[in-house]
Amino acid sequence: MTATNPASDASAHVLRGGDAVIVARGLTKRFGDFTAVDHLDLDVRRAEVYGFLGPNGCGKSTTIRMLCGLLTPSEGSASVLGHALPAQAEAVKRRIGYMTQKFSLYEDLSVGENLEFLAAVHELTGRAARARIDELCARYHLDELRTRLAGALSGGQKQRLALAGAVLHEPELLLLDEPTSAVDPQSRRDFWDALFDLADAGTTLLVSTHYMDEAERCHRLAILDRGRLVADGTPHDLMAALPGMTLRVECTTPRRVQQLLAREAHVVGVAQIGADLRVLSDRRDDGDTWLRGRLAEAGIDARVERAPANLEDVFVAATRTPRGSAP
Amino acid sequence: MKFARLFAVVRKELRQLARDRLTFAMIVGIPTLQLLLFGFAINLDVRHLPAAVLDDANSWRSRELVAELASSQVLDFRHRVAVPQQIEDLMRRGEISAAVVIPRDFENRLEHGEAAAWQVVVDGSDQSVQAAARQLAAFPLDTLDHGPRASPRAAPARSGVEIVNFYNPERRAPINTVPGLIGVILTMTMVIFTAMAIVRERERGNMEMLIATPLSSAELTLGKVLPYIGIGLVQVTLILLLGLLVFGVPVRGSLFAVYAASLAYIGATLALGILISTIARTQFQAMQMAFFLFLPQILLSGFMFPYDGMPRAAQWLAEVFPLTHFLRLIRGVMLRGAGLDELWPSLAALAVFVIVVLTIAITRFRKRLD
Repeated sequence: MTATNPASDASAHVLRGGDAVIVARGLTKRFGDFTAVDHLDLDVRRAEVYGFLGPNGCGKSTTIRMLCGLLTPSEGSASVLGHALPAQAEAVKRRIGYMTQKFSLYEDLSVGENLEFLAAVHELTGRAARARIDELCARYHLDELRTRLAGALSGGQKQRLALAGAVLHEPELLLLDEPTSAVDPQSRRDFWDALFDLADAGTTLLVSTHYMDEAERCHRLAILDRGRLVADGTPHDLMAALPGMTLRVECTTPRRVQQLLAREAHVVGVAQIGADLRVLSDRRDDGDTWLRGRLAEAGIDARVERAPANLEDVFVAATRTPRGSAP
Repeated sequence: MKFARLFAVVRKELRQLARDRLTFAMIVGIPTLQLLLFGFAINLDVRHLPAAVLDDANSWRSRELVAELASSQVLDFRHRVAVPQQIEDLMRRGEISAAVVIPRDFENRLEHGEAAAWQVVVDGSDQSVQAAARQLAAFPLDTLDHGPRASPRAAPARSGVEIVNFYNPERRAPINTVPGLIGVILTMTMVIFTAMAIVRERERGNMEMLIATPLSSAELTLGKVLPYIGIGLVQVTLILLLGLLVFGVPVRGSLFAVYAASLAYIGATLALGILISTIARTQFQAMQMAFFLFLPQILLSGFMFPYDGMPRAAQWLAEVFPLTHFLRLIRGVMLRGAGLDELWPSLAALAVFVIVVLTIAITRFRKRLD
């Protein structure tokens, strides 16, 4: 803990920001010697789809669990929907929806029974509950599956059921922990359409993912690496601010060139895309001329041209940056 | 605590139970199997111990004694030996559990009323054999004085100790076992069921979803164990019915008292199950812990061995176990026709146990993941 009281910092920000849904300052979680989340600062605004991008074990799930009030932060402060955590966790739980990474509804109950149970837990009973469940079943294409056991559903169907369960009580904030990790591409697209429908209706969404294409669809996103926030902003801003140059290399021996370039000091990342190589150099202004020179020196005949940056480049650049110089 | 939420958990739990065939089978199967096993197989009256006889006297009286002992069916004379060394050999090899030694001056000793006219050598490594030996030592020798035709059962025991058997004059084991079995079966099934039911939610990941909802820990815990109270009462009924129909075990006290005592004990087992669920992380761990608590209860509660025969330290330990108190209650009600007012200390002990254990469990149950 620092001399200033972080709890008052976070709540003061809520008052200033007005539409801030999540405010975290110096949020930290340690499990023994291991620091899962390391002094995270976070601002999520109302009705935006905010993405958490990062590799497995980077602290995405731990952060989401702290924001749901399921884990107590070791240090720092967080305020969700104006409630300070962890003190007002129960108040937060009434207003948020949480979709766990692993399917967490009852596999030995039917789709309808699961939703009835959740409705009752949220004190929705009788006609109101039936109306809401009918509405959700229609919206998430669960009508024909209502009597089927949840355990017998496909990955995509389970995910739609989980989403229906998480939004049943019309939460203002929906937190989703890698919601699409077990479904096919078509289901993923449909799922994201459903998320944007929710955002249009005023729900704020926090989604963690390790898919670049999903991260690119978020209004804003944070890149996490080993518990630290290494970059955040809109996908466009992040790509525009890429600290380096993306290059496409055409050559006859891509594997050999890849191995050669991987040892180069100014090369942050090399990946083979089809027959070409995609190279990320940290020389922001003269990366292409430098690379041509290096390849000529090595006696390799190759064509080098600039390529538009994508989010994967941002991710590679951000997670490869030495820890001390992280933004 | 909101009734609607509590009811939602109860209904969910009942729906899951109805689909869980294995648990359903266990609810009925365990009591039936245990009752039949304990009732038929476990018989502490020792019969047909393999034995040897060393008859140095070889008189009509000594032969009469051997014949009487044989007809009592406690001993089964398989060997007739000549020297004491042979008895030792046979016993070490496990061929006999007991031996009768009749000395050369047997007649003489009988005449003069000396303390030990004859000797029984027993394999003391087996408790039940020792008990049988004590039975033999009280064998009425008077019959021998009255000649060969007199029946030993008609004669009064010379030792002066007359055993009068109250409540179970036929010395039928099931009379004593069945009421105790109600306690043992409830301990075994209720603790495991409740502990597993709660741990299962955590193991399958449901808990993470549940604790992110407004559901309170009291609603969740109570809602999950309430159905098991009903199941416990079904089991009690099943054991009572089987006990009556198969073994003729009566309920001498009021049926209300039987169910009231059972309900108090079900409360104790559920409290224990909830406590385990706050410690165990997997269903397997919960099962292990339940067994860890189950064994000492079975051994020390007075179900297997009489409470009064145990060393003082074991008795103190037994007082902590709810099964000890329940056995006193249920045996008192079922066999002696006692009322709950006469057995209130045991009922009070159970109530204290429930309150203490539930308090510990609820303070341990946190609505968080860490």
